[in-house]
Amino acid sequence: MTKELPAPTLLSPELLDEAYEQRLLERIRAGDKTACAECIDLHSAGVYRLALRMVGDPHEAEDIVQETFLNAFRTIDSFEGRSSLSTWLYRITYNAALMRLRKKQPLHVSIDPHGDEEEAATTPVQLFDWCCLPEEDFQTAEARNELERAISELPEPLRAVFVLRELEGLSTEETAQALDLSVSNVKVRLHRARLWLRERLSGYFTELAQRSQARK
Amino acid sequence: MDAAVSHHACKELLVSLSDYLDGEAAEALCTEIERHLAGCEDCRVVVDTLRKTILLYRTLPPPAPPQTIRARLLHALELDKDAP
Repeated sequence: MTKELPAPTLLSPELLDEAYEQRLLERIRAGDKTACAECIDLHSAGVYRLALRMVGDPHEAEDIVQETFLNAFRTIDSFEGRSSLSTWLYRITYNAALMRLRKKQPLHVSIDPHGDEEEAATTPVQLFDWCCLPEEDFQTAEARNELERAISELPEPLRAVFVLRELEGLSTEETAQALDLSVSNVKVRLHRARLWLRERLSGYFTELAQRSQARK
Repeated sequence: MDAAVSHHACKELLVSLSDYLDGEAAEALCTEIERHLAGCEDCRVVVDTLRKTILLYRTLPPPAPPQTIRARLLHALELDKDAP
């Protein structure tokens, strides 16, 4: 059998408590400012992380967070509860981020899930086994920066799926709801994102492993 | 190194890799994959490095929002003022 991988663990218990969420929604709809602040405390970190991963700029990510909550509280009556509150907030965040990306690079932001860049990633080219590196080589600031950079360079159609499913810990169904995709499309994009990252990281870790072998 | 995985059986395996690593592949498929891995070094490397990649990003510390973000939000949404 396959070795078990750790699950993403960013979800707090309150986010999974439906009864709490219902009460919170009722209070927000009734104009309770404390409830709005509670909602911000609960969801702003996740919203910020998605915004940051999408646009890559902390200041712009902050603007998107503000835009998201403004928009959410303004239109809270239209929220029908078919998804969880967090999924709905992620959806607003994603749309806000996408709008900004399209304004900046209208010709480069594609909604086509079968772009050339992704297709290329489905065939592994890097076939050096860098798992032999000592564990401390994976934990350096340089290695983490490389990983962060690789995530930020994920093709846009794969990035939001990857962030929500793999980093924020949403289920496949929740990710599909948040991004208005089919479940099978989420699975395909996640698989491509993983292969893309493996390929991208292999360049860095292969070089590291070969340098380390040459020194021996 | 750098010779793309192109064999038909390897490509078939590649499609199911995420399900396999997530523990969502059926037992028969797992057996088939493991049999293939035992005889295919390239695919073994892809599986091991893919598993390591997943492990690395799942243990990456999440970026922390700026400390000022809460105050900025409460102010922008006028939640820091008492109700009239």
